[in-house]
Amino acid sequence: MRRITKGLAALSSVALAFTLVACSGDKEPAASDNKAADPASLSAELTWWDTSDAKNEGPVFQDLIKQFNAKYPNIKINYQSVPFADAQNKFKTAAAAKTGAPDILRAEVAWVPEFASLGYLYSLDDSALLADASDYNETALASNKFDGKTYGVPQVTDSLALLYNKELVEKAGVTVPKTWAELKTAAQTVKKKTGVEGLYVNPAGYFTLPFLYGEGGDLVDTANKKIVVNSAQNVAGLNIAKDLIDSGASVKPSATDSYGTMMTLFKEKKVAFIVNGPWEVANMKAAPAFGGLENLGIAPVPAGSARAGAPIGGHNYVVYSGVPQEKAAAAVEFIKFMNSAESQAALADKLGVLPTRKSAYDVASVKSNAVISAFKPVIESAVNRPWIPEGGQFFGPLDTMATEVLVQNKDAKASLDAVAQKYKAEVVPSYATN
Amino acid sequence: MSTVTAGATPRSSTLRRNWDKHWAAWAMVVPVVAVLAVLIFYPLVNGIWLTFTNQTEANQLAEICTKSITGGEVCKENPNAWSFVGLDNYVNVLTGKIGEFWQWTGTTLIWTVAGVAFHYGLGLGLAVMIHREMRFRGFYRVLLVLPWAVPAFISAFAWKFLFNEQLGLVNSLLNAVGIDSVAWFADKWTALFVAVITNIWLGVPFMMVALLGGLQSIPEELYESAEIDGATPWQRFRNITLPGLRPVSMTVILLGTIWTFNMFPIIFLVTEGQPAGATEILVTGAFRAAFEGIRNYSLASTYGVLILSILLIFSVFYRRVLRKQGEVW
Repeated sequence: MRRITKGLAALSSVALAFTLVACSGDKEPAASDNKAADPASLSAELTWWDTSDAKNEGPVFQDLIKQFNAKYPNIKINYQSVPFADAQNKFKTAAAAKTGAPDILRAEVAWVPEFASLGYLYSLDDSALLADASDYNETALASNKFDGKTYGVPQVTDSLALLYNKELVEKAGVTVPKTWAELKTAAQTVKKKTGVEGLYVNPAGYFTLPFLYGEGGDLVDTANKKIVVNSAQNVAGLNIAKDLIDSGASVKPSATDSYGTMMTLFKEKKVAFIVNGPWEVANMKAAPAFGGLENLGIAPVPAGSARAGAPIGGHNYVVYSGVPQEKAAAAVEFIKFMNSAESQAALADKLGVLPTRKSAYDVASVKSNAVISAFKPVIESAVNRPWIPEGGQFFGPLDTMATEVLVQNKDAKASLDAVAQKYKAEVVPSYATN
Repeated sequence: MSTVTAGATPRSSTLRRNWDKHWAAWAMVVPVVAVLAVLIFYPLVNGIWLTFTNQTEANQLAEICTKSITGGEVCKENPNAWSFVGLDNYVNVLTGKIGEFWQWTGTTLIWTVAGVAFHYGLGLGLAVMIHREMRFRGFYRVLLVLPWAVPAFISAFAWKFLFNEQLGLVNSLLNAVGIDSVAWFADKWTALFVAVITNIWLGVPFMMVALLGGLQSIPEELYESAEIDGATPWQRFRNITLPGLRPVSMTVILLGTIWTFNMFPIIFLVTEGQPAGATEILVTGAFRAAFEGIRNYSLASTYGVLILSILLIFSVFYRRVLRKQGEVW
């Protein structure tokens, strides 16, 4: 159960040649010393929990599975769509109980270090999955590393960008803003000239990060083990967000259902600017009232006084550590197929989500995809989040803070101090505070 | 247990005879006792034990093993394995170092009192109204029980959407009559108001049905003779209806209190604890504290024990009050 067989190694490299060489510009390690093994000889039954949107994204993944089965007829994939919001807890419960966990999971970037620290994931080092690790975007791959090992491969990456309604922006005669100050005037102009709202600032922790990063702030300093969430930069950043709301440039946001309200208003052309990620592209495509993708403008998030920065997000493929070793080879093949540059390009074409492989961006259809090329600079300048097991717990206190400051008008400094205290008491007790 | 009248016999033989006579009854009780022990007693004791440790999902194992997909497994001693911490959990929770215990308790009390008062008041009013002979009585009864039949989470989402600040019906209606939109979920009290309204909508049918049953058990003759004696409707209500309903009322109020106290879905779904955790009640706050992020079993148990203690104290107190008033319950 614990030892790798020579056959597996041979098989892996052959399959690598099969699936990757076709599209990737780089030379893959060639399978010259191995005679071709028949993919049909691999047989296993694998369960995959897909956490993507079941309606918009799920069918495209199921198509990919069909293609996979054409090549590997004896690997049966049990496709299960698990709602993103439940998947983290569901997986942890199942993994702790050692029953009911899927073989393969599509895990959000912040989950991987957490699951890995609990021993729930296979480390993938030296496997065929990481043979071409240099082809992956470094920022996206970073989220898979924990304690010197790599536990997953990035499936899709994302970041926040400034999305706008082209028609409204043209009607108001404003240029696409590059700084928060420009966004404020642009939003006010839109409101004055077209009568619809200019901007919707979503009062949630994750969505305040571009404001904090913009002033050069961060949540924690992992190198020095320090909590820096209540820094002067973060206070300044939050006050910019607050001013957008107070000045009327942004709709006064609601404390509940804010994200949904933001999307509804945007799709119904009732607000011109929002900050959101590429995962909504498929949704926008399907919104005829909006005018489809032709009407969707995408620009990097506006800059603060230090830089323009948005948090990196996305999802990774990981393998549950309870999977019997006999099935491991099949799991590796499956992930390799699903995450090949061609598959990533297919997902990009159909869903507008961003590939994590550099070589996928060289595929012609991806190159000519306007949405992808608009997001490319966004990803390149995206900011790494602290990849520690506690990373997912940073957002609870941050959400509370965002509501206090942006909805209830409380003092930014006082709220951030409370967040720092919470981090110290409950999230990272070993870290120093300011 | 039935006693045997064998005053002078030694204890063992009393037991013996008791067994001989009632063995079948004992044998039938055993499964129940066993099930109770497994389902209630063991988890309870285990839960109480957990509160004296610092066990979480991350430190429950003494050893964490990492398997490599290419074979091999490395096991490392968990550097932060759990330990016995005495009363630390209780101190942390009660002093507010972790969570907002006292704020949640305060909100829970307001939530419970408001909920039960309106449930009972409205339930009684409606029960009295549809107890009388009238046309379409059956139709009204069905209509009034309807909220009960709809799954709670559907009602919760419906009410939440009605009060949505940008898209909701309530603000549209307010705007139509010239009143500005209200930011319902931006303030603790308006958010709590929406939650209480939802809870009333959900809880009144139960009270109404229970009280209607109680009303039907009050003999009609009492009202007739009172009427002959010239009692006003208010006097009849106070002196016949209310005392007649007392046994039912006491039970449903106790049940309603415990249910509302632990009513998780409404707060969790309607206000989501917003704004900024201000409408969190004990059960929802405890859930978030214990199960969001790395799951904290010891903290969850601590909240559980505290909530159980509050309800136990309340029930004991309530029973004592009832006994003083001569109720046998």
